[in-house]
Amino acid sequence: MSILVYLIPISLFLGGIALAAFFWAIKSKQFDDPEGNAARILLDDKEP
Amino acid sequence: MTVTGCSACVAVPYEKLEQTVAAALTIEMSVPTVHCAGCIGKIEQGLMQLDGVFDARVNLSLKRVRLQSDGRDGIEDAVLDKLANLGFEAHPLDNKTLAQKPDDVSRGLLIRLGVAGFAAMNVMVLSVSVWAGAEGVTRDFLHWISAAIALPTIAYAAQPFFKNAWLALRVQRLNMDVPISLAILMASGLSLYETALGGAHAYFDAALSLTFFLLAGRYLDHQTRAKARSAAVELTALEVPRAQRLHNGVVETVAIETLRVGERVLVRRGARVPVDGLVAKGASELDMSLLTGETMPHSIAKGDTVYSGTMNLGPPFEVDVTHIGKGTKLAEIATLVATAEATKTKYTTLADQAARIYAPSVHLLAFAAFLFWQLYTGDTRLAVGIATAVLIITCPCALGLAVPAVMTAVSGRLYRMGILIRNGAALERLVDINTVVFDKTGTLTTGQMTVVQAPEGKALLIAASLAAQSDHPLSKAVVKLAHGQNLMAVDDVVEQGGMGIEAQVDGMTVRLGRAEWIGCDPHEGYVQTWLKIGDSAPTPFLFDDTIKPSAKEAVLRLQKRGLKVVMLSGDTQITTDRLAGKLGIKHAIGAVLPDEKLQIVQSYGERVLMVGDGLNDTAALAGASVSMSPASAIDAARAASDFVLVRDDLTLIDTCIALSKTAKRRMLENFGIAAGYNAIAIPVALVGLATPLLAALAMSASSICVSLNALRLTRGK
Repeated sequence: MSILVYLIPISLFLGGIALAAFFWAIKSKQFDDPEGNAARILLDDKEP
Repeated sequence: MTVTGCSACVAVPYEKLEQTVAAALTIEMSVPTVHCAGCIGKIEQGLMQLDGVFDARVNLSLKRVRLQSDGRDGIEDAVLDKLANLGFEAHPLDNKTLAQKPDDVSRGLLIRLGVAGFAAMNVMVLSVSVWAGAEGVTRDFLHWISAAIALPTIAYAAQPFFKNAWLALRVQRLNMDVPISLAILMASGLSLYETALGGAHAYFDAALSLTFFLLAGRYLDHQTRAKARSAAVELTALEVPRAQRLHNGVVETVAIETLRVGERVLVRRGARVPVDGLVAKGASELDMSLLTGETMPHSIAKGDTVYSGTMNLGPPFEVDVTHIGKGTKLAEIATLVATAEATKTKYTTLADQAARIYAPSVHLLAFAAFLFWQLYTGDTRLAVGIATAVLIITCPCALGLAVPAVMTAVSGRLYRMGILIRNGAALERLVDINTVVFDKTGTLTTGQMTVVQAPEGKALLIAASLAAQSDHPLSKAVVKLAHGQNLMAVDDVVEQGGMGIEAQVDGMTVRLGRAEWIGCDPHEGYVQTWLKIGDSAPTPFLFDDTIKPSAKEAVLRLQKRGLKVVMLSGDTQITTDRLAGKLGIKHAIGAVLPDEKLQIVQSYGERVLMVGDGLNDTAALAGASVSMSPASAIDAARAASDFVLVRDDLTLIDTCIALSKTAKRRMLENFGIAAGYNAIAIPVALVGLATPLLAALAMSASSICVSLNALRLTRGK
């Protein structure tokens, strides 16, 4: 069962990455216009 | 998709760019008809081509576009023109009213939801090992780690519930959050105690998933409300009130609040009168439909009283201010609206009703369980354990999601169809209505005139040539009638304010205007204008309001549903009856004064849907059980309405009623699911058989069932 000593921190760490990513997404306003974001994928990229 | 492709920005070094942007003017506009990716592309690319616009970004969720510009003169008008050319109706929004504050509450709930979800998943993983049969030291170890994750998370994520519960308890009341908080706290406390004693059952996962599901419900609920609120703010931000003050012969544009009694203002052609006052100079015609609901323009001359909100159709005139702010007719109507709202019977929503039954019974049940086991076994640890299990099992996960999930699904669907819902409870009230009261002008009709009888041939051509010189709505209708023909040259045009126009055509004096001015008897029951060419007998143009294309279908569908359809109008009974006949409406009341509308609406009982658009409708809108207004309605009417029809299609009313019925059915089904789950789970918990595993399974299963049931609403045509 000593494997738990490694596995639990690893699982917490991986979950923590997801949580951090979620915070980042909120901070960078990715939840402000969900409908717009869904629609924008259909737009063609403009020529630079 | 990049919006930084603006060549002006690329050329500027980064630091300088930042300065420029900081100094730039942010303009926000409401674009109610934007609905797809194509629209976004068209608007953003179109606006970026404008000189002075650095950046344009469409927010599809809010149906707004935000621009960064260099703030040069007339940029707003240029943007509006561009949008109109692209085929989008747009309204500038007042930045001050919008108060660019991000929605902190929503963000806070979302972060808490994320934290609770993260913790719940991790603790659940650990709990699975316990359920799988971990024993002794391993089990204690897993429990301690769970506690280390769960306790700080609960202290942070469950705060909204604790706060609300505390607020309710302080004034000695019960709300949903009291049993929720109690369950979360008891579950954590008991689990910590059990862990310390090396016990077999810990409910950390239950406490966390409880928090997670309830936060999800809370977040959905808040989103629906926030959307409705932002729509309301948008409505008040729509009007940017300005007046043109005459000061020592110079015209200056000032904010309406700065006007004082006795000052003189200029009312330009096509502008709204900003204040109540007396006409000091000039004569014209006013569109009073906003106040009275009458389509017929009123002529005014020196010494007449004019009211704020009415529109000048003729030449400019000057007004001496007699009333400002609270003293104006507009403000009187606002008071009327407030009274109407206050007299409305308070409606108890389904969620409130459920909470009222639920909160006390759960506490009683848990307490009874504790008492019974305490007396029966004398084992306090066991008794507290069972009472906690009862609290956790009965905790309203499904109940907390039952209504918000449905509301979110249905408001999203209404939004996509072009209906803005401003008040969630109104959706429940809409189910029970039996009468629909329509305002005529501007709601069933467009408020614009079409010609129903007119002279033909050369007379029409002459009239149109004359009418082309004026901006009067009747003139515009006449010009439209002669569409496609080459107009004749007119000379010596003289506009008599409030009367008509006179000019020389083909060497003859031609007059187009009011019957009294021409010198003949008016026809009754019609809006009209008369044409007199030279010395020949005058001929009339008769007009009627234009019926909206969707009006007839909408009325028919409502009648098929068994609803009584009533039409009110400020116009004469004859005019009103004629229109009612065309639309197939059996109950039509004409010559209604604004203050009477509310009384009439209330005389039809407490299950009335009012649909109106004008200022004269606002009191009736506020007083009716449910109210709707079309997008073209004035701010005050939209602010008083529960629903705003963003798309100009009256059949949406029927669709909305149909959807409200489905929504209510889903809510009741959800309550049924929640109740059914409790009926099974509570006895199990009471006899002390509820294990943490069982609690977790039952809780998740019922919450997911309820959410899926609500999601069924987003599908379908």
